[in-house]
Amino acid sequence: MTRLERNERLIKIALFVIACSAVSILAVITIFIFSEGTPIMFKYGLRSFLLGLDWYPSEQSFGLLPMIIGSVMVTFGSLLVGVPFGLACAIFLTEFSSRRLRHILKPIIELLAGIPSVVYGFIGVVILVPFIRETLGGPGLSVLAASIILGIMILPTIISISIDSLQAVPRSYREGSIALGATKWQTTKMVILPAAKSGIIASIILGMGRAIGETMAVIMIAGNAINIPRSVLDPVRTLTSNIALEMGYASGEHRQALFATGVILFIIIMILNTIANATSVKGKAAK
Amino acid sequence: MSIIEVNNLSLFYGNFQALKNINLNVEQQKITALIGPSGCGKSTFLRCLNRMNDLIDDVHITGSVKIASHDIYHNSFDLLGLRKKVGMVFQRPNPFPLSIYDNVVYGLRVHGILDKKIMEEKLKWSLESVHLWAEVKDKLDANALTLSGEQQQRLCIARLAAVEPEVLLMDEPCSALDPISTAKIEDLMYELKKQYTIIIVTHNMQQAARVSEYTGYFLLGDLVEFGETTQIFTSPKDSRTEDYLTGRFG
Repeated sequence: MTRLERNERLIKIALFVIACSAVSILAVITIFIFSEGTPIMFKYGLRSFLLGLDWYPSEQSFGLLPMIIGSVMVTFGSLLVGVPFGLACAIFLTEFSSRRLRHILKPIIELLAGIPSVVYGFIGVVILVPFIRETLGGPGLSVLAASIILGIMILPTIISISIDSLQAVPRSYREGSIALGATKWQTTKMVILPAAKSGIIASIILGMGRAIGETMAVIMIAGNAINIPRSVLDPVRTLTSNIALEMGYASGEHRQALFATGVILFIIIMILNTIANATSVKGKAAK
Repeated sequence: MSIIEVNNLSLFYGNFQALKNINLNVEQQKITALIGPSGCGKSTFLRCLNRMNDLIDDVHITGSVKIASHDIYHNSFDLLGLRKKVGMVFQRPNPFPLSIYDNVVYGLRVHGILDKKIMEEKLKWSLESVHLWAEVKDKLDANALTLSGEQQQRLCIARLAAVEPEVLLMDEPCSALDPISTAKIEDLMYELKKQYTIIIVTHNMQQAARVSEYTGYFLLGDLVEFGETTQIFTSPKDSRTEDYLTGRFG
């Protein structure tokens, strides 16, 4: 064996070991969360966790329903804000703007993804929350505030993945439609969007994953009260906030119940990612 | 009778002149073939006739193109109406990734015809005109991309036929097809010229000789020679045309 071949082998083995350890770290984390979180769920029954309304860890009552509802409301709220704006922006940049403008704006939008979430939360506390309190009433710290800030936070995900999938639509579709006398908007609506559908859905689901997993900004602006909100102006606590707020002082079954919260969050996000992968794979197969 | 009159047409991509003073008249309900080596401006010229070059940045055009006596580059000209009247068939079949039905009625929808009954009549009529009706009438909801390449190309022609154009521009419509499929499309062109004026760009000189009544030879942005196909192929006036046709060049 020459020196070069030996080096090649060594590099291959080293890369294999590194790759394996990356995967195994993830696996260990997963196993750890499940082993910490699931026993208590079975001890008190899955039902009491998923459907219980009361969260009094010191009295062995671990109902997560208000938090599950809180997470779902805030996440869908963020989609109501983020999807229309994000999609409109992606369509404008791919189909209507000049190439120069796109080359300037797309990196800026991607830069938004790099702003720390605490900064978004800070902007929410300083500007958005007082605004909601003064104009719409309520405490200001609310589902609405969290939805708007999260909606802005998921914009980069939705915009950049939607742009990629819109740009992947073959030029020949655009030409075929324009040559039939269609306007750009007709072409976009009737050909480009259906062709890019799977990528756009994937972008929405990934944005959704980001929104449901976001913690810091939500803690700062959602109010964190454990109750089922009656309106979008009421405060809520999400699953992620619940863990972050209480982990610092929790012990014993309280601590295990927070891991159980993590398990539920984990499962929700896994389901979303599976759907995202399935739709984008299906989209590729259709092409 | 000339339906298309091109006068002193020049086209620039930035500083590069891709078409040089083209003068050409296209006869109604005839097939006109444009031949020449790659990159000589045939396709660019074709795309001037339905203003597809508008989609490219930095294109500048001088001279005039009149279709049915209207200057299509005039400011007040109805561009969308032009493209309805002057349909285009592309090099690679480009049906939309929609159902066969949606593909054929696409142009109708675009031009505001939404009546179900009219759409279905036009659907049948246009698919029949390209002899595709029998093959697809039981699977109109199937995705158009499941058809063979040649069926897709016929579907693209049906898609145009549905909006009843007057002129068909064909940009190497057979270059992605095998010889048998090519023969079918050529047969179809013979029938279509009863209704439409056809201009075809082709690399294939035999094809030009077989299907066309008039032929133009492009070289490096110049229209070197234009005339009746039999005359061009048997006694070209320009030595450059002769060199190309006899294979000494190109």
